[in-house]
Amino acid sequence: MGVGIKVERLNAFYGKTQALFDINLTVLANHATALIGPSGCGKSTFIRCLNRMHETIPEARVEGTVHIGDLSVYNGTSATQLRRRVGMVFQKPNPFPTMSIYENVAAGLKLNGFRNRKQLDEIVEKSLRNSALFDEVKDSLHKKSGASLSGGQQQRLCIARALAVQPEVLLMDEPCSALDPISTGKIEELIFQLKEQYTIVIVTHNMQQAARVAEFTGFFLLGKMIEFDKTEKVFTNPSDKRTEDYVTGRFG
Amino acid sequence: MCGLAVVGLLGLIVYQLIVGSGLSWHAFGWKFFGQSEWNPVEDQYGALPFIYGTLVSSLLSLVIAVPLSVGVAVFITEMCPVKLRGLLSFTTELLAAIPSVVYGLWAIFVLVPILREYIQPFLAKTLGWTTLFSGPPYGIGMLAAGIILAIMIIPIISSITREVLVVVPQHQREAVLALGSTRWEMIRLGVLRNARAGIVGGIILGLGRALGETMAVTMVIGNRPEIAKSLFAPGYTMASVLANEFTEATGDLYLSALIEIGLALFLVTIVVNALARLMVWSVTRGQPARSAV
Amino acid sequence: MSGTNLNSEAIIIPPISWRRRATDRLMTCVAVLTVVLVLLPLFAIFAYLVYRGIGSINFAFLTQTPKPVGEPGGGMANAIVGSGVILAIASLLGVPLGIGAGVFLSEYGRNRYGDAVRFVSDVLNGVPSIVIGIVAYGLVVMRQKHFSALAGGVALAIMMVPTIARTTEQMLLLVPQAIREAAFGLGVSRWRTTLSITLRTATSGVITGVMLAFARVAGETAPLLFTAFGNQFWNWKTDQPTAALSLQIFTYAISPFDEWHRQAWAGALVLIVLIVSAVAAVRLVVRHGRLAGA
Repeated sequence: MGVGIKVERLNAFYGKTQALFDINLTVLANHATALIGPSGCGKSTFIRCLNRMHETIPEARVEGTVHIGDLSVYNGTSATQLRRRVGMVFQKPNPFPTMSIYENVAAGLKLNGFRNRKQLDEIVEKSLRNSALFDEVKDSLHKKSGASLSGGQQQRLCIARALAVQPEVLLMDEPCSALDPISTGKIEELIFQLKEQYTIVIVTHNMQQAARVAEFTGFFLLGKMIEFDKTEKVFTNPSDKRTEDYVTGRFG
Repeated sequence: MCGLAVVGLLGLIVYQLIVGSGLSWHAFGWKFFGQSEWNPVEDQYGALPFIYGTLVSSLLSLVIAVPLSVGVAVFITEMCPVKLRGLLSFTTELLAAIPSVVYGLWAIFVLVPILREYIQPFLAKTLGWTTLFSGPPYGIGMLAAGIILAIMIIPIISSITREVLVVVPQHQREAVLALGSTRWEMIRLGVLRNARAGIVGGIILGLGRALGETMAVTMVIGNRPEIAKSLFAPGYTMASVLANEFTEATGDLYLSALIEIGLALFLVTIVVNALARLMVWSVTRGQPARSAV
Repeated sequence: MSGTNLNSEAIIIPPISWRRRATDRLMTCVAVLTVVLVLLPLFAIFAYLVYRGIGSINFAFLTQTPKPVGEPGGGMANAIVGSGVILAIASLLGVPLGIGAGVFLSEYGRNRYGDAVRFVSDVLNGVPSIVIGIVAYGLVVMRQKHFSALAGGVALAIMMVPTIARTTEQMLLLVPQAIREAAFGLGVSRWRTTLSITLRTATSGVITGVMLAFARVAGETAPLLFTAFGNQFWNWKTDQPTAALSLQIFTYAISPFDEWHRQAWAGALVLIVLIVSAVAAVRLVVRHGRLAGA
């Protein structure tokens, strides 16, 4: 089951530059929440603050609190522990090229000490089924490398890899922006299904995608969150003029 | 036309070597490389001791140098604070600037006594049961040669490893981290694993350098054309016998035998270097490999 | 496309084991250790060079020739000068050939011929220096029937060419195509463009490449063993055996005499200082030259 996310007064800095200003929001468990906004508005930075991936950039700093379920992200949990429970799918599919499809999905499990072959087989198959990839690759699980698949398949492989370690939250940073429309469609369908078991936060450039996939939407602009509400409301009757301008295409 | 001259140069080298070794080739044929008697007085020449010495000293140097070089490269690219990076890579490159004869000088007067007084007795006591560390601890010998060679090839292996590690895309590192891994696991799975081919290429390049290294080895290997199992024993490498005996060679057959050793050394290093460049190129995709001195 | 709920199965992934954390910390320590182990000999060598060598460098050392065995004193003046002569010959032969090859590779060599030359150049780079000594021996010494500075210069020149060719090519490739096209547009012929314009733009980079090659061969000993051969006395002719600093260090180091050992350390220190200062001096001149001409 997924868990909820509570963000309070989040401020993020890269060195002296401030990237996020006082973000407050609550993500409901087992729902999909989309984050939209023009380029450079901070939505990618925000989502990376949720699993502390922003720390890979030197001089990155965060103030405020984030709670994922009962876990306090910045206070008392190691990043490693946190990332096990929060999965991430990146903009550009990044399967491990030197590993087979099976090994890719099993990578996270093996890291955590799973050695039992039977268990691994089970979980790998389930994860691949859950990401709608199993039927396409079931005959070449061990033969093909992760990088030999098409773009859309690679991304679904990355989703399977993330699901295999049983996270409670799935973060997706523009997962379809590098894919063709058909693959995009498949992944959007997937998100619909995954919602029932996980809490999903998806950053997207594509407003129609947000409308299709998410129950809640947050609009970011210049590092601030301008509006956060039910998707329907944000797109048809936004409270803030800036949201309305963006959503109707006046800028962005 | 200068380009042709470069190719011509190579051709010249090959020609000289083949012509020079002709006499010895006719006298001994393939057996030259299988015999181990090196007796200039009786005009009996077998190159086996030198081949053995070259191989063993080079392999020993790899065993020592590879973990150290890869460790340094990983530290500089993945673990070290950004400010220190330039300084550390510069200092490791400095090792490459020291001339071979200076290495040899230091090896004779500093390394060998340390080996003789402290390290070799210690090794004999603890690991003497493996026959690798038996015999009188002269200090001079295969072990000294292996160690000084290792120090000399560390800059090459380390700098190539650094190059291939840096080229690994950031998204691979992030992919491993996002699964909940420690930093070492991220390095192991996301970086080292992807850079495997290039690192091997760097190692082979280091091997190529070790095979041809002359002065430092000559000064500490003991110059005895014998095959012995212990690493404490003196030995002789192909490059060393050339350095020591070329100007003393009386007789055409003697000289020709030496040149034949030179030809063999030439061929071996060419093959090894070509192999190495291929592997490194396949990872860095054609960016000209810096000729790390 | 339904999937079973993974979480309903009782597969619980344990928290991060202490073993993984310990391994992580251990590997960091191991990495630091390797850095220390690698830097140790570097410092040791420089320290010993200064410690053992500095005491023996005096005016006599720098101006006298070696004394016969057993007599204290004497110096390496002839070796220092001899090295200079040999390096000068090597540069005269190797630098033009190397730059020419580099020019060929960058301006006319973006094709299969160029690839072949590039490959050969890389191969040449990997040939052991002692083998190059043998070749120079065959080419020069055997013809002339005596050792000479010329032969030594030839050997070192062969070693310089690949390095200079590669760095020259790289520097020339950095020159933007727009500059060449500007010259063509003015009606300047191709080779003249290369010479006057492209090469001049890349000058400082090319000179750095030459310095790199120079520094590399300045310390070489093996190729000189049977070309220049060494000499205990002054020699101003390029066709007689000539002393070289690196050769002298070698001869003294393997000798059984303490006096000569002392001088070997001094010689080594002088060698390193000379190499470093030569490189630094050229860097300075290049920088000044650029400011003056820019």
